[in-house]
Amino acid sequence: MQVASMHFKSRASEKLADPHLRAALDGLKRRFVPGRAAVMAELDFEATRDAAAAIRQRALDHLDFFLELFERNAAARGTVVHWAETAQDVNSIVTAIAREHGVRKAVKSKSMVSEECALNDALEAAGIEVVETDLGEYILQLGHEPPSHIIAPVIHKTRDQVSDLFAEKHRTARKTDIEALTREARERLRPRFLDADMGITGANFIVAETGSTLIVTNEGNGRMATTLPRIHVAITGIEKVVPTLEDVATLMRLLPRSATGQSISNYVSVTTGTRAHDDLDGPEQFHVILLDGGRSTILASEVRAILRCIRCGACMNHCPVYQSVGGHAYGWVYPGPMGSVLTPSYVGIENALDLPHASTLCNQCGVVCPVKIPLPELMRKLRERQYQRGLRPRHERTALALWAWLASQPRLYAWITAVGVKVLAWMGGKRGTIARLPLGRGWTGGRDMPAPQGKTFRALYASKHTPLSPRERGRG
Amino acid sequence: MRVGLFVTCLVDLMRPRIGFATLRLLRSAGCEVVVPGTQTCCGQPGYNSGDRAGAKKLAQKMVAEFEHCEYIVAPSGSCAGMIRVHYPELFADAPDWQERVQALAAKTYELTDFLVRVAKLAAVPGTFAGSITYHDSCSGLRELGVQHQPRALLAKVSGLTLREMDEAQACCGFGGAFAVKFGDISTRIVDVKCDRIVQARTDAVVLGDLGCMLNIEGRLRRRGDSTTRVLHVAEVLAGVEDERS
Repeated sequence: MQVASMHFKSRASEKLADPHLRAALDGLKRRFVPGRAAVMAELDFEATRDAAAAIRQRALDHLDFFLELFERNAAARGTVVHWAETAQDVNSIVTAIAREHGVRKAVKSKSMVSEECALNDALEAAGIEVVETDLGEYILQLGHEPPSHIIAPVIHKTRDQVSDLFAEKHRTARKTDIEALTREARERLRPRFLDADMGITGANFIVAETGSTLIVTNEGNGRMATTLPRIHVAITGIEKVVPTLEDVATLMRLLPRSATGQSISNYVSVTTGTRAHDDLDGPEQFHVILLDGGRSTILASEVRAILRCIRCGACMNHCPVYQSVGGHAYGWVYPGPMGSVLTPSYVGIENALDLPHASTLCNQCGVVCPVKIPLPELMRKLRERQYQRGLRPRHERTALALWAWLASQPRLYAWITAVGVKVLAWMGGKRGTIARLPLGRGWTGGRDMPAPQGKTFRALYASKHTPLSPRERGRG
Repeated sequence: MRVGLFVTCLVDLMRPRIGFATLRLLRSAGCEVVVPGTQTCCGQPGYNSGDRAGAKKLAQKMVAEFEHCEYIVAPSGSCAGMIRVHYPELFADAPDWQERVQALAAKTYELTDFLVRVAKLAAVPGTFAGSITYHDSCSGLRELGVQHQPRALLAKVSGLTLREMDEAQACCGFGGAFAVKFGDISTRIVDVKCDRIVQARTDAVVLGDLGCMLNIEGRLRRRGDSTTRVLHVAEVLAGVEDERS
């Protein structure tokens, strides 16, 4: 997928002006925020997420060991494990498998890692027909759009927009009933499953002790993609490894609850090896492609905790910025707080300058994260890296340096601030608010600036309490 | 109890009356209050913008100014959180400062947290004839656990009724430099907050942080709402009318 994260600011402004998007995002918030809270009350969230974070951290602390263990156990059951250093490598591996085995048609279940790779474009270029079978992803493929949410990829679209799209692309009578729209997509997709030579899926987890991959879905398309075609290819990141199935059970207590407010998803599919001779279904070949794509670099950096992420989307559902601008503004595969850490880490902090700053640091994401990723802290780390590398705009760096210098000179600070608050109080006039600030258009574009009272607390206090004792004057 | 009052730069510059209200509350709780006259900024703006060195310099100044106090109290969850939660991280690579920083962090409190949990204030001087709704500021709430403390104290204010708004814990969209860098996103977020405040149909919204206060008041006034008052919790607890003179 093309990286457009440098345009966050302008894209965000466009998105703010879109009333359809606003309605869609309001719906997301109304559904997912209380939904998660209600089912999370079924368990001891803090204790469970302590356990989940520890499981994920253990896997990352011994990543090489668990990945090799996974490969051994997978191979023992006939699975071929491929290692991809880059997103392009993933595409080359998939197209090579397809070529070698005469694959003409492929069906796909949802995979964000394949979005990182822009796999569909690569397959189409190689002459392979690929169809997204997750309803949301299917809608996006019809409209040639990228996903705007990692769980609900089409959340930015209203039902009316989907009705129009189906009528246009399917050349059928326009339907507005959700059930009718779903049936129409289902009728289109069913023959594709039966025709496909290859099923492509992601993997929410890969299990080291059994060599299995696991997907969490609600629509059943994932299970058809893993069992009907003769070749199954699962693509995921190297960080998704989990030591044991018991660990998965703990994580699964949190993943659907955090993601969609479900105690458990409709399907949890564990895929282990190829079809055995007495199996009724299942693929003849099972390939697992494990992508690094920048993950090992993150593992060696100060933001490594982001690799614990289990892709539930709770951080974006609860983020006031995501709730305002939606996922497309972020300009790459992963939006919201997790994206504001992942995108700069994958594509380079110089290519996503705004993202680590596109947060109020309110930490709503941090308190709902099921694996305790300190997202605001990680965004702050990226801000520090940008600052150290001189990537921030000059006026910003100057302002910060000036403030740090001025605030460490108490006498000069007292003098300058005394003048400053006097001027601003005068500007505020009788009403006590300033409608336009010369250097603060970001603020006064949408808000007044309440004017200061006119004197500083320190000056007023000193005039009431003179002389200050040496202690009161401080020991700075 | 010897308490160092850190008024915070925003209260100092924008709303000194909140500083005096804080002073009054601490004194009525029986504290001996000292106000280091050289205090300026805790370093949070630099810290949150990636200027670690600048933040460190100001943090060292804070430590030197306040470490002789038994407690340090600020009328801000954001600034108290900076000292209590983030200073130890800021000096993680400076073992020579760790002990002093840890000591300062451990005795630094947000005002209402201090009044309830440490000073155990029994009665508050303020009265308020009317209804209010309370906005939970992010840092106080999620870094310091400030939630029941201001409500417990507000319940002691005679004449005051508290009516909770929906999504009281949602961010107001301030976020320091965020409000200027991403002014239009910030405005959208605060607009939702203002809707919730207005829907609560109270005379005032009360909160514990200057950043949120300026943001919410600024948006309410821009929307043409000149009647909903925006008050700091210290003003209400200490008696807002007294300090307005």
